[in-house]
Amino acid sequence: MPSITMTVNDKQVSGDVEGRTLLVQFIRDHLGLTGTHVGCDTSQCGACTVHVNGRAVKSCSLLATHVDGADVQTIEGLADGDVLHPMQEAFRQHHALQCGFCTPGMVMSAIGIVNDNPDPTEREIREALEGNICRCTGYHNIVEAISAAAKEMR
Amino acid sequence: MYDFEYQRAISVDDALKKYADSEDARFLAGGMTLVPVLKQRLDQPSNVVDLGDLADMRGISQEGNAIIIKAMTTHHAVNSSELVISKIPALAHLAGTIGDHMVRNRGTIGGSLANSDPAASYPSAVLALNATIITNNREIAADDFFTGMFDTALEEGELILSVSFPIPEEAGYKHFPNPASRYPIVGSFVAKTSNGVRVAITGAGPCAFRVDDFEDALTKKYNPEAIRDIKVSDEGLATDIHASAEYRAHLINVMTRRAIGE
Ligand SMILES: Cc1cc2nc3c(=O)[nH]c(=O)nc-3n(C[C@H](O)[C@H](O)[C@H](O)COP(=O)(O)OP(=O)(O)OC[C@H]3O[C@@H](n4cnc5c(N)ncnc54)[C@H](O)[C@@H]3O)c2cc1C
Ligand code: FES
Ligand code: FES
Repeated sequence: MPSITMTVNDKQVSGDVEGRTLLVQFIRDHLGLTGTHVGCDTSQCGACTVHVNGRAVKSCSLLATHVDGADVQTIEGLADGDVLHPMQEAFRQHHALQCGFCTPGMVMSAIGIVNDNPDPTEREIREALEGNICRCTGYHNIVEAISAAAKEMR
Repeated sequence: MYDFEYQRAISVDDALKKYADSEDARFLAGGMTLVPVLKQRLDQPSNVVDLGDLADMRGISQEGNAIIIKAMTTHHAVNSSELVISKIPALAHLAGTIGDHMVRNRGTIGGSLANSDPAASYPSAVLALNATIITNNREIAADDFFTGMFDTALEEGELILSVSFPIPEEAGYKHFPNPASRYPIVGSFVAKTSNGVRVAITGAGPCAFRVDDFEDALTKKYNPEAIRDIKVSDEGLATDIHASAEYRAHLINVMTRRAIGE
């Protein structure tokens, strides 16, 4: 069984996995970080989005072994104690969630979007959300939240 | 997903050797096609040889009048490359239309070409720009590379190392996205070169193909009006729940006109 080591939310972690273990399984089942969700398992919905070496990725479509040695950030690593990350705070302020299932992936994806484009237009945000599906909100408040968070993050 | 033996290559030679030494191996690039395929049990290799550590398989450079993109370069890297944006902006644009930003952060040009999905975006650019695919043992002209649905001229265990794109005078890409998956239902890449115009279509048939009638007309006169009345036959084009062959044939004309900049 391959043994892997990576940095997750600034802590070094390791574990024994199978070749076929997915990154999202390692995060949820081995590390107990269940904020990262599995919505579709077919690479479409983005609920499983985390950051690997600073870039947003779908953790249901990556082998854990493939990112051995990488720096991984999950939704659990965003807040600083009780102080939410500006993107989390904006989602709260703008009522950008209903059931909340898509939210961890939305927030991680949104941070990736704003890192690449610090001043996105509404249209750019809508297009960039291509890889994240929400069954509840109709996206409108998500777009507003990302726009507001982008101002905070600049 | 069935289990397999996972192996990480430390060099191109090591990757080729690990592949050759296994019973039934697959190379792993970005995994954006291979991992979903393994999850659905559509494929069951004995070994997966990961190319992820091979830094010398990534990067974009200019050599003479060509842009060289190494196989492990991500769609994001092509989309954001200053060099590609300045020399072949249509290619940078195309890379930015693939999937979503998470897919573009992992998916690679080598993986996309080796896979030759009938709806993959890159094959249209490779064919229209008359690119050359450079592998571990030869150079393959774009016209010889795409041989059918999920089929290419690559031999068993042959590794794509890079793709060389001659810089065109002018080029454009336009696609009609599937409303759900966003893969092109029809995508058209048009390139104007010193040797004439080349037009390549993806999404419509089993693999990317050129449209001779459009090329002849556009070589005479590089203007969308030159092809407006040229009908494309729907013979051999795909019909599925998204679009009929007849509709795809119609879209080939419309997307090509838009690619030229209607
Ligand atoms: C949600 C989603 C949307 C997508 N939308 C689009 C789209 O709109 N347009 C589009 O074109 N694609 C799309 N894709 C596919 C994406 O572009 C893939 O990244 C690409 O097809 C495969 O590249 P990869 O690096 O991930 O390869 P992998 O999945 O790692 O490999 C794919 C195949 O190629 C082989 N291979 C990989 N590298 C090499 C090499 N250097 N030499 C020889 N063989 C090699 C592998 O063995 C495997 O068989 C989408 C994917 C997803 C998940
Ligand atoms: S669970 Fe990964 S994209 Fe849906
Ligand atoms: S809030 Fe329910 S899926 Fe997005």
